[in-house]
Amino acid sequence: MAKVTIDGVEMEVPDGTTILNAARSVGGDIVPPAMCYYSKLEGSGGKCRTCLVKVSQGSTNDPRPMPKLVPSCRTTVMDGMVVENITSPEVLEARKGVVEFLLINHPLDCPICDQAGECDLQNLGYKHGAAATRYEEERRTYKKIDIGDKIKLHMDRCILCYRCTYVADQVADGDRCHGIINRGDHAEISTYIEKAIDSDFSGNMIDVCPVGALTDKTARFGSRVWFTKPMDAHRDCDNPKCSGKVVVWQKGEDILRVTGRKDAYHEVDEFICNTCRFEKKKASDWVIEGPRHINNKSVISANHYEHLKDIKEDVEKYQRQVASNINKA
Amino acid sequence: MSKEIVFSAETLAVVNKLIKRYPEGRQKSALLPVLHVAQAEFDGWLSSDVMDYVASILEIKPIEVYEVASFYSMYNLKPVGKCLLEVCQTGPCMLNGADDLVAHFEKKLNIKVGETSEDGMFTLKTVECLGSCGTAPMLQCGADYHENLDETKADALIEKLRAENKRSRYC
Amino acid sequence: MGRKLLLEHINVPGIETLEVYRKMGGYSAAEKAIKTMQPDDITEEVKKSGLRGRGGAGFPAGMKWSFIDKKSEKPRYLVCNADESEPGTFKDRYLMEKIPHSLIEGMLVSSFALGAKTSYIYIRGEYFYVLRILEKAIEEAYAAGLLGKNIFGTDYSLDVHVQIGAGAYICGEETALLESLEGKRGNPRMKPPFPAISGLYASPTVVNNVETIAAVPHIINITGDEYAKIGVGRSTGTKLISASGHINKPGTYEIELGLTVEEFIYSDEYCGGIKGGRKIKAMIAGGSSVPILPAHLITKTANGEDRLMTYESLSDGGFVSGTMLGSGGFVIMDETACIVRHTWTLARFYHHESCGQCSPCREGTGWMEKVLHRIEHGHGSMKDIDLLVDIAKKIEGNTICPLGDASAWPIASAIRHFREEFEYHILHPEKVKDPKHFAHEPFVSSKLENV
Ligand SMILES: Cc1cc2nc3c(=O)[nH]c(=O)nc-3n(C[C@H](O)[C@H](O)[C@H](O)COP(=O)(O)O)c2cc1C
Ligand code: SF4
Ligand code: SF4
Ligand code: FES
Ligand code: FES
Repeated sequence: MAKVTIDGVEMEVPDGTTILNAARSVGGDIVPPAMCYYSKLEGSGGKCRTCLVKVSQGSTNDPRPMPKLVPSCRTTVMDGMVVENITSPEVLEARKGVVEFLLINHPLDCPICDQAGECDLQNLGYKHGAAATRYEEERRTYKKIDIGDKIKLHMDRCILCYRCTYVADQVADGDRCHGIINRGDHAEISTYIEKAIDSDFSGNMIDVCPVGALTDKTARFGSRVWFTKPMDAHRDCDNPKCSGKVVVWQKGEDILRVTGRKDAYHEVDEFICNTCRFEKKKASDWVIEGPRHINNKSVISANHYEHLKDIKEDVEKYQRQVASNINKA
Repeated sequence: MSKEIVFSAETLAVVNKLIKRYPEGRQKSALLPVLHVAQAEFDGWLSSDVMDYVASILEIKPIEVYEVASFYSMYNLKPVGKCLLEVCQTGPCMLNGADDLVAHFEKKLNIKVGETSEDGMFTLKTVECLGSCGTAPMLQCGADYHENLDETKADALIEKLRAENKRSRYC
Repeated sequence: MGRKLLLEHINVPGIETLEVYRKMGGYSAAEKAIKTMQPDDITEEVKKSGLRGRGGAGFPAGMKWSFIDKKSEKPRYLVCNADESEPGTFKDRYLMEKIPHSLIEGMLVSSFALGAKTSYIYIRGEYFYVLRILEKAIEEAYAAGLLGKNIFGTDYSLDVHVQIGAGAYICGEETALLESLEGKRGNPRMKPPFPAISGLYASPTVVNNVETIAAVPHIINITGDEYAKIGVGRSTGTKLISASGHINKPGTYEIELGLTVEEFIYSDEYCGGIKGGRKIKAMIAGGSSVPILPAHLITKTANGEDRLMTYESLSDGGFVSGTMLGSGGFVIMDETACIVRHTWTLARFYHHESCGQCSPCREGTGWMEKVLHRIEHGHGSMKDIDLLVDIAKKIEGNTICPLGDASAWPIASAIRHFREEFEYHILHPEKVKDPKHFAHEPFVSSKLENV
């Protein structure tokens, strides 16, 4: 076991735990935001740099501070380590920089994005970003692409977290035919020749995507997420690898879409199969367990999805800010 | 492309030798050299059919080839002219007149950077430092470095390449 | 004349052949090492020599070797970094082209010291013609029993292969290089684990630069102690410097570390002074990634001491008034050079070469290039200068690999020392509209105060 202090909060965690997971074991504001790390996907993390923290004391044995900020999702704790997250101005400044980098080429089309209200980037920008953009150059744009007949890729919105490629490799039977092509800021998710992804588990890419880059084409969004009612539900799925435990997003008797059940850090508890996700859109397909209490820090649920008014105001405020940025740019 | 996409027996032997350099099961390591061989064999660029073929030879997924081919700047993913003129334009070459050289080629060949001359003979490409800064300005065409260039030398090179009328290749 | 080791026989006709190379004493170090020394003794000699990595970071080679995981049951690998893509650097190419066997002998001795049975040389894709030269030399070495099974009649066997890259500066970063060698995109890996524990094919691996490896046989020949006597302080031995830009004699030179910068630039043995007798304006001492220095900080440090060609003296003054020895890519600019345009080409370079894995570098390099492009072409505004400084600051230190830093330093330092020149571009757009405005009025670069 290792004793760690994060933002003054002491905790004891098993050796080999990352700083991020140590913070998550306690929860609250000491948890750094994570846009690319996903605990259920091996090799994920380290790329987005939103989770950078300062290690002001390496360990009891070697108390020297680490020379640079480190990604908390990929740095393991040492006994006696002291970490600064939101208590370090340096970290907050770096994080503001990262948010700005992630946003400069982002279309800021939240008003028309399906993910609005449950987008990690929107939340991050809201919490850690600067008020106005300094980016005066042209933004990158891409064509929208179909990945198979159920998933749509809006590459403009992608932050290249690589999570979906890990899903394709690790969850969708390793039968990967989409990946990252091109280099640098031309890098993009693609099938290169837009081949369909035909694996029973490919739909999980949608759930792991932190932004609205991968969306469910079978979802029927006449309305914003916050007008739909998320309900825990299950069914007896005959795919042995699928738990059949999902969240159905209902509006009246209609099921607008089906997703995995996400925890406080927006990670699904269990991956679900494409049949459950894409084909079971009737209330009678499911055993409804009851309302899903979304306990996380999204623009919506910082309050709670039930407090519709506040949430709506938050989101609208954010969108006004975004829209004014677009006008300035 | 009219040609059927298979390596000649000779090329296949070269490829198999390349694969043998790596431990068992690590044949993917041969991907970069094999793509060079494929590019040289199939008209100087890699079509998706060619990449799929390389994937089948190395027993990897086509996407693994696309990911790699699109990462490295020496693989052409579109057809190019017979001779690809790669003019260096980074700092040290810029200090010694690379901009003039590029402008000269644009005028002489009546194309812009990135374009191919009407006769399909030349494609003009600007590249970053080729490790020839002491002999700047310079360009690479196939495996050959042409260094200490000026307009006269550049013109002579164009004439020579035109007369040879051969496809430039790295290997 | 300074002492020459690596290039001692450079002018001997036929030195690229095995026959002549051996006649000049080549492979005697390998024979001595393999027949009479224990692998750890070789590492010990290299440690004593004080040899520091010649690829850019200057990490002590012997120490790096001693980190290799000896307990692992996996095969060990030596990988030679011949990716040489740092603008201004062309020394490895020169060495491999002219004396290919010096690298192969170095690979042999170093592989033996590390217990590697297969070694790879990863060479940048553009150097195809050098690949041919190396392959020919390797063939000769195999035919003479210097590679392959039972070398020098001992039970040591070694295979050496050359792997060709395909155009990606980032593959010079050692973990990106290993990825590329495994047939993947050149995305740097996250460290730890370090290659010495988990490198090529997750096996213990040492990655060294061409010049580092080629220096090893010389160390064996003259002993580590002798080698350490060359140079000054912790900058021991000789170093290849590739010199370019506005000098009379561009080329690759071997210097004893400790030579003064003044002598290197102005003596006829080396650069031979500034072209056309013009005034010097700026220097990049160690490849495009290191901070640029203005005229008054080139031959003297901020304290007024002679600036020496050593790791320590070049970095004297930190980033405020110093730079780094880096890869030894030495670029001189005279008074006609446009710093803004030059900086823009470097920004474009890093933008082009970012692997795109982490957000600060992927997005920041492109942003900086675009802003610099605007300034250079007469569309900048004053706030752009501080914006650049701020973007650079937000990249630096926050990325997966040092390419992020490398993209930030040249820009930050150019603004630090040549701010007026950026302002001039913004205030006089009409004078810089023509892309060929190199000869705009020379600038007096800002003097540094209270350093
Ligand atoms: C972006 C980047 C590019 C690099 N390019 C090279 C290179 O071309 N050649 C080289 O030897 N080292 C290069 N390096 C340094 C290597 O990562 C590594 O430190 C070096 O190969 C180790 O060898 P050495 O200790 O012998 O110098 C580069 C590093 C970075 C971050
Ligand atoms: S599409 Fe979504 S999951 Fe995939 S890399 Fe982009 S942001 Fe990440
Ligand atoms: S710093 Fe740049 S080159 Fe290095 S890993 Fe990040 S994106 Fe890639
Ligand atoms: S979550 Fe740690 S770097 Fe992205
Ligand atoms: S800058 Fe052109 S070869 Fe180096």
